[in-house]
Amino acid sequence: MKKVSSWVWGAASLVYAFLYLPLAIVVVFSFNDSALNAEWVGFTFKWYQMLLHDDVMLEAALHTLLIGLVTCVVSTVLGTLAGFAMYKWRLRLLPALVLTPIAIPEILMGVSLLIFFVMLNMTLGLVSITLSHIAFCIGFVAIVVRSRLQGMDESLVEAARDLGAGPVTAFRAITLPLIMPGIIAGALMAFTLSIDDFVISFFTAGVGSNTLPLEIYSRVKVPMKLNPEVNAISSLLMLLTLSLILIVSKVAPSALRSE
Amino acid sequence: MKSKSLAKWLISGPPLLYLVLFFAIPSLIMAFAAFRFPGDYGGLLPLTAANPDTGATELLINFGNWRDFLTLENFQRFFEEPIYFELFVKSFWYAGLTTVICIVLAYPLAWLIARSPKKTRDLLVLLVILPFWSNFLIRVYAWMIILGPQSYFSRSLNYLLGLVGIEPVSLLFSQFAVIVGLVYVHLPFMVLPLYANLEKHDMALLDAAQDLGANAWQRFWKVTWPLSLPGVWAGTALVFIPALGMFAIPDLLGGTNSMMIGNLIKQQYLDSRDWPFGSVLSIMLTLTVLLLAALAGWAGSRGKDKR
Repeated sequence: MKKVSSWVWGAASLVYAFLYLPLAIVVVFSFNDSALNAEWVGFTFKWYQMLLHDDVMLEAALHTLLIGLVTCVVSTVLGTLAGFAMYKWRLRLLPALVLTPIAIPEILMGVSLLIFFVMLNMTLGLVSITLSHIAFCIGFVAIVVRSRLQGMDESLVEAARDLGAGPVTAFRAITLPLIMPGIIAGALMAFTLSIDDFVISFFTAGVGSNTLPLEIYSRVKVPMKLNPEVNAISSLLMLLTLSLILIVSKVAPSALRSE
Repeated sequence: MKSKSLAKWLISGPPLLYLVLFFAIPSLIMAFAAFRFPGDYGGLLPLTAANPDTGATELLINFGNWRDFLTLENFQRFFEEPIYFELFVKSFWYAGLTTVICIVLAYPLAWLIARSPKKTRDLLVLLVILPFWSNFLIRVYAWMIILGPQSYFSRSLNYLLGLVGIEPVSLLFSQFAVIVGLVYVHLPFMVLPLYANLEKHDMALLDAAQDLGANAWQRFWKVTWPLSLPGVWAGTALVFIPALGMFAIPDLLGGTNSMMIGNLIKQQYLDSRDWPFGSVLSIMLTLTVLLLAALAGWAGSRGKDKR
């Protein structure tokens, strides 16, 4: 194999720096003893302590977690069914409905769901946010599960059927364990997408039902009002996602591979 | 076989039902809203009303009076006032510039990953995806800090500009900041398809080109670049389309003159509460996106034929 030239290495390292420096700065400033995110003054934990007593932020975090968990469970079940159906049969409507929400800009789904919920006279809040999150997470789970099924050796299922297993038994004993890493990856993706989502929540959340991203948005939106607490909660969120990924890479290493 | 079609319905039924209810129907309602009038207090002019005597819901619209409820005015407004078209053009320019910068930045990275030994390759890919797993708003907020007027970056830049006699610049709340934010958020979507493509290239082609006397520059433009076009197109679709509909980045990093289509849509729905016109803008954005997706698919398949 040909060696990669040194200038490619140099350019690539610069791009990696571009990817990581901004996040590193957020974390560093979360320990900075100054309300301005501008200059390093000294080390402190006070923003994290303030966070512990910030009821609004804590409530938003609780909402986010709740929405994320329900979204994760429901969209994993529905997405796995969709992925399986798309692998097994030649369908027309289902793939279109599964893939379009992923392909279009999020804002379009956000505004159409806003009109829909208002027309139904539904109070906007945690329920409407959760229903919307499920709708856009199904597709991501379905794609991961389907690609896992495509990589599976179909003859194993046939062998089980030849040995007398019914379709349900064959699915439970052979297919399900084989595609489990895909399902776990899909579930993790759904959970992360849900707790990360800003745009769709922005349109489908009513007054007083803030999620963490919405709360962060409203705090950084006010110009010139500096808020190192946001740095602290951001750092904690990064830690959470990082540990989730580490856990999955230990439990189901193949789930993280991108095929 | 009967049980087979039953199984088919049992498995594909639940997700299908959910997506019809929470995706297809809302989209159709939005499309229909583009032909309606705004309500007195924002939103939409109602088509139904409760009967004061019975309390039952009654349809107000009928064959005689439908012109009072349905209109093409909203579309007319879009096509007659040039500012809306200009806003689309500006959003295209932002998304296009973002895409080009992403290609330039993603290329060395994707090349390095594709040429690395198998073990390091997985790690390098993970390092590209990892920032993408952190919250979108955090990534935007990070740039608010870096580009802020008091930041180390802004101050050193303005110091350097001062040395060569240029007026200090304000980086945050500018078009520059919007482009930086758009590039930062979308870069992984360009790296991954490009890497997937570059990985498959046959290195013997480059050796052959070198033996025939091509220099590094020629080898890139005559061999690698044309072969990588399907990857570039896939990445372009993944970067350009979401960048086009973005509203949070111009909202947080941009100034008054860096509004995009997404900001106008948001404004119509939440601030001026003119839902019909907001729906017209959404339909126009949808049509644009569908057209672009079809174009990207066509360009991608053409690239494959050439091979």
